[in-house]
Amino acid sequence: MATKAEIPAGQATTKTAATLSKAEVMRYSRHLIMPEVGMEGQLKIKQAKVLCIGTGGLGAPLGLYLAAAGVGRIGLVDFDVVDTTNLQRQVLFGTSDVGRPKTEAAAERLRNLNPEIRIDTYETQLTSANALELFKDYDIIVDGTDNFPTRYLVNDACVITGKPNVYGSIFRFEGQITVFGYPGGPCYRCLYPEPPPPGLVPSCAEGGVLGVLPGIVGTIQAAETLKLIIGKGEPLVGRLLLFDALAMKFRELKLRKNPECPVCGEHPTVTKLIDYAEFCGVRGEEGPTTVTNVPEITPKELKARLDRGDDIYVLDVREPNEYQICNINGHLIPLGELSRRVHELDSSREIVAHCKSGKRSAEAVEFLRGAGFRKISSLKGGILAWSDQVDPTVPKY
Amino acid sequence: MAVKVIIPTPLRAYTGKQESVEVQAATVGEALAALTGKFAELKKHLYSEDGRLRSFVNVYVNDEDIRYLQKDQTAVREGDTVSIVPSIAGGAHKRAS
Repeated sequence: MATKAEIPAGQATTKTAATLSKAEVMRYSRHLIMPEVGMEGQLKIKQAKVLCIGTGGLGAPLGLYLAAAGVGRIGLVDFDVVDTTNLQRQVLFGTSDVGRPKTEAAAERLRNLNPEIRIDTYETQLTSANALELFKDYDIIVDGTDNFPTRYLVNDACVITGKPNVYGSIFRFEGQITVFGYPGGPCYRCLYPEPPPPGLVPSCAEGGVLGVLPGIVGTIQAAETLKLIIGKGEPLVGRLLLFDALAMKFRELKLRKNPECPVCGEHPTVTKLIDYAEFCGVRGEEGPTTVTNVPEITPKELKARLDRGDDIYVLDVREPNEYQICNINGHLIPLGELSRRVHELDSSREIVAHCKSGKRSAEAVEFLRGAGFRKISSLKGGILAWSDQVDPTVPKY
Repeated sequence: MAVKVIIPTPLRAYTGKQESVEVQAATVGEALAALTGKFAELKKHLYSEDGRLRSFVNVYVNDEDIRYLQKDQTAVREGDTVSIVPSIAGGAHKRAS
């Protein structure tokens, strides 16, 4: 496909001829002396309007570099507040920001970095009801979200409004980056017509992310955004860049526009925004639906019965690295290994399965009941609840 | 024909943590069958119950998407790389569960 860089229609080049102040010339001098950017490019950057969906791991480096580069208007969409566990990778925030709305803390940081630009914050969840209205004021949308419903929403809203979608996603040590929604180029649905069903999404047990990975992926998104703005180089259109931080390898796969794509194909069937939670089979932002109505035992009950000397086999279905963080002396069989290690369990004994918060242990109980185990229950709220209700010395993670 | 199948991070849990697996195959379908023959648990993550490749999993031979070649009938040659590329959604923050 032709991937000559051009600014999609209606972008960046607005009517009023902007100029740079003396202070701005000084600030952007390392751009200005470079022919690929120069005064022309820097003015395009100044006139550009970029909307960042998510101010987390990907949004952090993205926001920092776009603000530093002088993108004239940056919109930040996030409904979350800064949490201690964010600080390992979300470098926009400091320890003193914990508990603050992310958009507020991010805007303050970016304004301090560059007071010459305009930062607009939207402390809200992106929804089918507000996406088109929000996108209207921006030239480029950058997707730094963390869930399938929002990813499909961002994609469809970009196709409908004709805006490029600078896409990045990460998992553990691996990242995927591309530009969707570019004129003539593919969209997210060309690549993945449908999301994975909730049950098959890799669980939180296998989750986690190397802190620096979103830094690398978000920075690549920032570079692609700036290239789209200045119209230089080869944009990452029709190419899916895969990055593996463990192997430290980049690979590139060809992406094609699917003529049968339900959104951007020749005969689109999706022409307006839909209910993305339903489309992805999840309720709201809670993620995969959980196994319910398995027998449960509360942490207090379990503690009382163990203290009484009842014969209970505590089965920990988390991963070994989680066991190292904290444990309650359970027997470790990770959920993923349960089916082939089920013979290690004695169905005549009473078993209480636990995980971090109760989701995986519910799955384990359901599986084991299917395998004929009867005296089995799941620890309600997992080891987190145990820490809250029984033993506060157990660290939470 | 010996081909290398690259396993993405989310699926390495089902291949004994191996990043790539070498199999003997003449087509992509055979390569994946050899792979799931070796690692049975992988099967439900790649195929739906009706035996079709799941729509959130794409398979590439070298850098080409098999959907635009001959799908699972796509021929593979000695030394080709077959990549399994599932959709991943992470980015902003991981919610614990």
